[in-house]
Amino acid sequence: MAQLPPLPQNFTYSAEHEWVDGAADELVGKTVKVGITAVASDALGEVVYVDLPEVGDTITAGETCGEVESTKSVSDLYTPVTGEIITINEAAVDSPGLLNSDPYGEGWLFEVAVTEVGEVMDAAAYAEANSL
Amino acid sequence: MTDQTANAPKETPLHSVHADLGASFTDFGGWDMPLKYGSELAEHRAVREAAGLFDLSHMGEVRISGADAAAFLDYALVAKYSTMKIGKAKYGVIVNESGGLLDDLITYRIGDEEFFIVPNASNTPAVVTALTERLQHFLQAVAPGSDVRLTDESDATALIAVQGPNSEAIILRALDEAGHGEFGPRTGAGDHAKAQATDDANGGATSAGDDTITIGQAVRELKYYAWMPLTIAGIDLMLARTGYTGEDGFELYAPNIGATRLWETLVTSGVDYGLVPCGLAARDSLRLEAGMPLYGNELDQNTTPYDAGLGRMIGFTTKESFFAREALAKRGETEPPRVLVGLTSEGRRAARSGAAVSVDGAEVGIVTSGQPSPTLGHPIALAYLDRDHAEAGTAVTVDIRGKAHDFTVAELPFYKRPAH
Repeated sequence: MAQLPPLPQNFTYSAEHEWVDGAADELVGKTVKVGITAVASDALGEVVYVDLPEVGDTITAGETCGEVESTKSVSDLYTPVTGEIITINEAAVDSPGLLNSDPYGEGWLFEVAVTEVGEVMDAAAYAEANSL
Repeated sequence: MTDQTANAPKETPLHSVHADLGASFTDFGGWDMPLKYGSELAEHRAVREAAGLFDLSHMGEVRISGADAAAFLDYALVAKYSTMKIGKAKYGVIVNESGGLLDDLITYRIGDEEFFIVPNASNTPAVVTALTERLQHFLQAVAPGSDVRLTDESDATALIAVQGPNSEAIILRALDEAGHGEFGPRTGAGDHAKAQATDDANGGATSAGDDTITIGQAVRELKYYAWMPLTIAGIDLMLARTGYTGEDGFELYAPNIGATRLWETLVTSGVDYGLVPCGLAARDSLRLEAGMPLYGNELDQNTTPYDAGLGRMIGFTTKESFFAREALAKRGETEPPRVLVGLTSEGRRAARSGAAVSVDGAEVGIVTSGQPSPTLGHPIALAYLDRDHAEAGTAVTVDIRGKAHDFTVAELPFYKRPAH
């Protein structure tokens, strides 16, 4: 496999390859960023379109909240946390390639005010689950 | 990865080269093939703007030889092969007994008594089986006493493609730096048989006379859908001006043992010409832009040559009898209900294989391939549509994950390389 960017150690991850920028036990009550991991963006191929929830929408952990389309396929976007959408990353909507070039930084998808955390894992567990 | 159990995917002789390049692999037709090396969009663009290098060694190679080789192919396949000129290539299909498509193939005429057939990787066993059965029938019942032999050379033959506008320069550079091989006349009297070996691989100006041209000149003059024998870096190969990208380019057939050396020679020769290794992801997006069908998507055993717009290649008027002639004639009596067309959209969502196509809420067809076109910047698709709605310019909708998106029927190909 091609060299992937390093996994941020202080992020929280889902089995569906989303990340949240904070430790799992510190998320509730905070507004956090959500994105997809390099494992996901590499497997998808180059992302050409992202369909995101709208500001003010409430999303529910473990459920789909959008779509990520690449040159080869379309995948559902799952949210690892429950809460209200505060911000959408318009830069990622306009330049979906950011999900490939900087998945843990400029390629973030939305900010959400977290009320509940779904099934998640820490960086070590995610790395092990994906043979990183 | 190297587990050679019965179900393990097969590996080409270049597998470790791809692994060293950091390729992502995918199972394609039972082969562990490079999907991409980095960015598939960059690979796609390299082929449109400079050049790309592909390992296509998963493709099959079947040699048909003997005094009656041409007569046998006229019997076993739908088109006419006995009139092919030596040195030429021909696109064709093989059908089953009911006229359904078993595969699409490229056939090269090697000599008066020799042809070289290239089926798709996943179909190679079925094509070899079908040709072997047809050969037995041909020798027993159709033309007893004929001289025809079939050799499946798939497992011994590598195929490397150089595609893109800089392809010719890369081949010439490879000849210049690693060539110095003989360029002998091939069997028979082909287009290039009069070319003679000279030491000057790259300077057409030194032609001695009407009967002598340099190797480099022969490469430059090689026509689309033609081939010539060539030696690069000591490897005897077939250089064919064929491809599956819509660009100028070459396909090089060589023995497995020379594959790595040939690949590395081409990489070196391509350094100054923007040559990048390309995986199957780019191959698929390139062929789709070029409007070329892919077996398994646009072609299968349920489609006939007529469905795919290939009815004209059937040799009804040029051949007496051939395999499945009656079945094909019967299926040709009525026009196929659906025809293969292109679709384009000004939106951002790509129609994917299996998506339903509708007009005024009524389903009129199905998408067989689709994705965003890297060159054109909008979604493109191939689809089978009811004849009544297949005219270019017709507005249709495609169901993409539950939502109707506007598309327009378009002429094929979507992309045509600029003339020069």
